[in-house]
Amino acid sequence: MPILEVKNISKQFDNTPVLKDISFTMEKGTVLSIIGSSGGGKTTLLRCLNFLEIPDKGKIIVNGEELFDGEKNKTFTDNDFRLRRLHFGLVFQSFNLFPQYTALENVALAGKLLAKERPDFKTNKDAIYAEIDESARELLTTMGLKERMNHYPHQLSGGQQQRVAIARALALKPDILCFDEPTSALDPELTGEVLKVIKELANNKYTMIIVTHEMSFAKEVSDQVIFMDQGIIAECGTPEDVFDNPKNERTKKFFTNY
Amino acid sequence: MTFSEKFHQNFIQDGRWTYLTDGLKSTIIITIFAVILGTLIGMLVAIVCSTYAKNGKLKVLNYICQIYLTVFRGTPVMVQLLIMFYVIMASSTNKLFVAILTFGINSGAYVAEIMRSGIMSIDNGQFEAGRSLGFNYVQTMRFIIIPQAFKNVLPALMNEFITLLKETSVCGYIGLMDLTKGGDIIRSRTYEAFLPLMAVAIIYLIMVCGLSAVAKMVERRLRIGEN
Repeated sequence: MPILEVKNISKQFDNTPVLKDISFTMEKGTVLSIIGSSGGGKTTLLRCLNFLEIPDKGKIIVNGEELFDGEKNKTFTDNDFRLRRLHFGLVFQSFNLFPQYTALENVALAGKLLAKERPDFKTNKDAIYAEIDESARELLTTMGLKERMNHYPHQLSGGQQQRVAIARALALKPDILCFDEPTSALDPELTGEVLKVIKELANNKYTMIIVTHEMSFAKEVSDQVIFMDQGIIAECGTPEDVFDNPKNERTKKFFTNY
Repeated sequence: MTFSEKFHQNFIQDGRWTYLTDGLKSTIIITIFAVILGTLIGMLVAIVCSTYAKNGKLKVLNYICQIYLTVFRGTPVMVQLLIMFYVIMASSTNKLFVAILTFGINSGAYVAEIMRSGIMSIDNGQFEAGRSLGFNYVQTMRFIIIPQAFKNVLPALMNEFITLLKETSVCGYIGLMDLTKGGDIIRSRTYEAFLPLMAVAIIYLIMVCGLSAVAKMVERRLRIGEN
């Protein structure tokens, strides 16, 4: 069973179609890269998966569970979307760390707020919080930020901030981790350290969707590549297929210009 | 009459200085409670208005808030005070309470506008980061947005509170003896305007300078640990 099935997702902004009938599937433990020129709908697709935008049509199915159906789910409340969102983690282009909290607090905060909904929260509060803090520390340590846990975002480099953001998204143990151009705001040196972390996650069989402009990285790390152009999937396949033997004219042109 | 004789007549004789200290006490009480009330009202109204501006919810509440903002920012606070005392709360004999209520509600309208601009100034990415992490709207506001917005608007808020302190000087119009009224009573007893009114002005000035210094200090402390 695929971990994610996307069926016929469409999205318009003010009568401008941004996504047209997007469908794809991905297996657990694989990495999917979405490439293509700006304005092609890559980021919108990712935001639809995280329900930051609500698709007009189509279905999103995770682990066989239908999370969203554009036909039926018009009546979803904020809370319905909130719980569905937790299947996905999202790492933003501009990090979006919370500036008033330390790296550790950034990673632990969401878990602590969610813990309040647990039935045993009142009796076990201290133990639950200690556990969340401990796993946040572990995550930051694996991100190579052991010494930086108690720093505020502005005291960290861009690469370190993005690694905190990755740890923050991982802390909630999402089924699928999404990256929205995670290195576009970084210089080449810092890009390297973030890509290294993502590669390690791929080696550890995290399921990931990566929107990126780093072509060589996408080729190296992905199991599946989608090339998007003007709201449709112009080409989809293994990295070898898409990068070395593109069939679609638009894809060929993209790579010659690249 | 020499200066020291005048000073004695205006402040020492018959214990006239107590007009100033009693008045000052009222001024401070009104200001403090009006600030608290105004902040509470302003925060709530700001959240309603910015929620409506961001995702179109709370339409009815937003409408009510807009009326509130229009009325209380569109009429002089002195008129509001008179209406509150002679019409709405005509049965109340507690002038202090009437003044606190009026200045609190009035200040709330200005605080709301300040807080609203603060909330709207926070990057949308912060909302989205909160949402993507499973925060609900209230949690996003409470833990992510309001703390940042509050820090950003602190100078403007302190300014509003300084204005409020000075505006309470119209309390004399409902016969409440605040600092200004206290000075004016001395003037009416001694037929000497300069000394009591100067004393009043200097006391206001000292309080405002104190508040400004506190504002600067708080602002500096908040800057630490933030970009």
